[in-house]
Amino acid sequence: MLAEALDIDEQIGEVGRILHAQEKKKGVLIHALHQIQEDNGYLPEDILRKLSRNLNIALSEIYSVASFYKMFHFTPRGRKIVKVCLGTACYVRGAAKLLSTLEKEFAVKSGNTTEDLAMTLETVGCVGCCGLAPVATINEDVVGEIIGEKKTGAFVSAIREEA
Amino acid sequence: MEKLKDIEALRNLREHLKNDVLRPGKNTIKVCCGLPCSTLGSHKVAQALEEETSRSGLQVDIIKTGCQGLCQKGPLLQIEPHGFLYQRAHPAHAREIISNTCAAGIPVRELIHRDSFLEEPEPLLQEVPFYKKQMKVALRNTGNIDPFNIHHYIAAGGYTALEKILTSMTADQVIEEMRKSNLRGRGGAGFPAGVKWAHTKRAPGTIKMVIANGDEGDPGAFMDRSIMEGDPHSLLEGMLTCAYAIDAHFGFIYVRHEYPLAIKTLKTAIRQAEETGLLGKNILGTGFDFTVHIREGAGAFVCGEATALVASIEGNRGFPHARPPRVSEPGGGPWGYPSNLNNVETYACVPPIIERGADWFLGIGTQGSPGTKVFSLAGKVKNTGLVEVPMGITLREIIYDIGGGIIGNRKIKAVQTGGPSGGCIPEQFLDLPVDFDSLWKVGSIMGSGGMVVMDEDNCMVDVAKFFLSFTQAESCGKCPPCRIGTYRMLEILERITSGHGEEGDIERLEHLGKLVKMGSLCGLGQSAPNPVLTTIQYFRDEYEEHVKDKYCRAKVCNLGIFLVDHDECILCGLCKQACAFGAVKETRRSFFIDRDSCTRCKACYYACPIDAVKIVKQRFARLEEELKIPSEEIAVIERRTRMRLRDILESKPYEIVMINRNCCIADAVRTMSEKNVSGIFVVDEQERLVSIFTERDIVRCVFNNTPTSESLENLIMRDITVFDPSTEVSSAISIASRKKIRHLPVVEGNKIVGMITFRDLVSYLLPEICFMAETMY
Repeated sequence: MLAEALDIDEQIGEVGRILHAQEKKKGVLIHALHQIQEDNGYLPEDILRKLSRNLNIALSEIYSVASFYKMFHFTPRGRKIVKVCLGTACYVRGAAKLLSTLEKEFAVKSGNTTEDLAMTLETVGCVGCCGLAPVATINEDVVGEIIGEKKTGAFVSAIREEA
Repeated sequence: MEKLKDIEALRNLREHLKNDVLRPGKNTIKVCCGLPCSTLGSHKVAQALEEETSRSGLQVDIIKTGCQGLCQKGPLLQIEPHGFLYQRAHPAHAREIISNTCAAGIPVRELIHRDSFLEEPEPLLQEVPFYKKQMKVALRNTGNIDPFNIHHYIAAGGYTALEKILTSMTADQVIEEMRKSNLRGRGGAGFPAGVKWAHTKRAPGTIKMVIANGDEGDPGAFMDRSIMEGDPHSLLEGMLTCAYAIDAHFGFIYVRHEYPLAIKTLKTAIRQAEETGLLGKNILGTGFDFTVHIREGAGAFVCGEATALVASIEGNRGFPHARPPRVSEPGGGPWGYPSNLNNVETYACVPPIIERGADWFLGIGTQGSPGTKVFSLAGKVKNTGLVEVPMGITLREIIYDIGGGIIGNRKIKAVQTGGPSGGCIPEQFLDLPVDFDSLWKVGSIMGSGGMVVMDEDNCMVDVAKFFLSFTQAESCGKCPPCRIGTYRMLEILERITSGHGEEGDIERLEHLGKLVKMGSLCGLGQSAPNPVLTTIQYFRDEYEEHVKDKYCRAKVCNLGIFLVDHDECILCGLCKQACAFGAVKETRRSFFIDRDSCTRCKACYYACPIDAVKIVKQRFARLEEELKIPSEEIAVIERRTRMRLRDILESKPYEIVMINRNCCIADAVRTMSEKNVSGIFVVDEQERLVSIFTERDIVRCVFNNTPTSESLENLIMRDITVFDPSTEVSSAISIASRKKIRHLPVVEGNKIVGMITFRDLVSYLLPEICFMAETMY
């Protein structure tokens, strides 16, 4: 539905004055993909087809762009997206141990989703909270200083509780 | 928010706001709401302070600011006008803060900073060691103003540079000022910004663009995020200045999607600036147009590269392309328009340069690298956080004075700068001044400013593997040397860290690293091998230890032999309980580890309360168990045998005895007798080594009835084995034994360095051999 209602001129902004029609449409593609994923949690194929018709961009081209970026996903994801930061500071402070703990607790490998779609476990290059290493995020909330059994247990409980 | 009609209106507004919003002497509490402090609960602290202010009836401004820097001690508060810094604030402290500090000016002792409990607490921010040596230019407003309120920025002196250029500077004058300041780009290799602006201005075409690169993908870097979150108008003003200078009308800020707060502050800032008349059409009534648009990234590290970023702005995959054309040339920018692209921090430095002049900026830092640099200091330091320092400060000052030293007062091993494109700098370079050129000389880069400190618990091979796995995963796949070469390097590192390293693996890594560098198109591939190459350069012994001894001295990789030190063991049994594989076994009076069952998971190592479980090299284990040699002595022997021939030469008197090849045998024998040596060098007229003449040669001459008047040249025709001074003693012994030689000529290049005999080797190693013999019996 959003794919059909996308306002290209509003989204492209002032710079649209110097672009021709197809350049404008291409220019809003990544933003459109962000919107679709925000609405659905992932990129459904049928919506991508509608987007392809609306923007007059080949579906293969859209898939090429979407699959290039790490942020876009083609399968449904969990209600809780947990990202363990594996940046340098978090890594040297023990992020790998936290990741393996979570993998055991929820029986899910990094990059995958639990069977009941409750939780998706991912890694991220850096969330920019190196002062609190090791760090992880639950959806958009940042949790820092996850060291030791007590804090790790609290983190696991925070993931388990219903949103 | 009323639109300003002209420059005079801006000036009047600033004067008014200076006496209102940020009036000196006003009771103010600045609450750090940067991402780390927000995570630690600063918003609740701010709310509690506001409630307490209402209840007490006092006039106190609660300002939510950007990052104040000392992330380790968050949530942070700054109390004005007293100049206090409070750390680890909690909502429960709100009443005490309001009644004691704001009403009576008395600091709350519990919240004051102190380095250790033995020291007096230090309430004043300017005296806290973390802040004392810093100098804020790019972060001048971050931590001081509300980033969601444009009036705060204007009251703090914002848009003064814009006012100055619109009233009294031409575009060329602006560019000349920037060129003179020698502001080098803060995002990577440090290309001068003024030169880049001039290049973009000269590019043919009437449509230009200004792009801010906020795609800060380096693990460990959060400088740009802090500026965008804490002082977004600084970035906008810098972009406005650039747009004015190069006559551009469109701007883009490329931000990571992982930075939602930064995106929010930037959107608010753009909207407020447009409503105020400082952005958009007809800025301040001057006819100057400039609009800024935010572009969100989508999780590709390579999009930090200029041409890949441009491709992403256009809506394509972030593939880099060959230059020329550069981004600043026609065909190189978005949709082909020439564009100026700088880092966020670079733009943030522009307003003060215009406002105060290039000479002021040149007075900070070093001659080749003027100004300040923002670092995200992280890792094993006590005080992690955001640090802005003048160029030329030493690594030691950053780590020990600002950072407070290493956690647990352990020994530092390396500093990693520049993220996955940079390198690891060992301890001996701690007094290196930090600027673009100095870091480059030791194989690292400034990069965007990540700085991660590592101690002796970090394995440098594992760190190199970590960085390489990051860049390998982030490669866009365009160039085979990067796509495949980094994968092959990663395979080798995996082999090394899992105990299957082979002879020649280190040389293969070096060779592959150079190939990947030369064969890659963009900066990602050209710098991906840097962490590997610098760790090999400075920590080669760790690599060799992994390969030859299958041992990791930092105990990070699961290598080495586990054993229980019976002298230290107190028989508590925790190691046996911890072991999930039944490898820890018990006899009546001791525990021991069955090597066949052991999986080296380190559970027993962690479980032991007194460190009686040791992880040692395989050879150490055999010597210790079979010959009962203590670990310390094994370490001494190990160090001795790993020494080089150069060390032996230094331990004996320096004497190089030569004889010309045209001399006769009688002369040689006389020389050996006079000098009391068992072998001499035979050299040509240029004193280059031809051969050696030894006692064994004399025996052979006597046996063959060779006349003593025979020339040495006719006599000696055999090939000799020469050794390099850097050869390991153990290797030299092995070669000498295999070739049945007793004299080891040591040559460096074409220069004779010395002669080592078997007696030298014996006397060098004799103390350890005697010790082993005594211990054995």
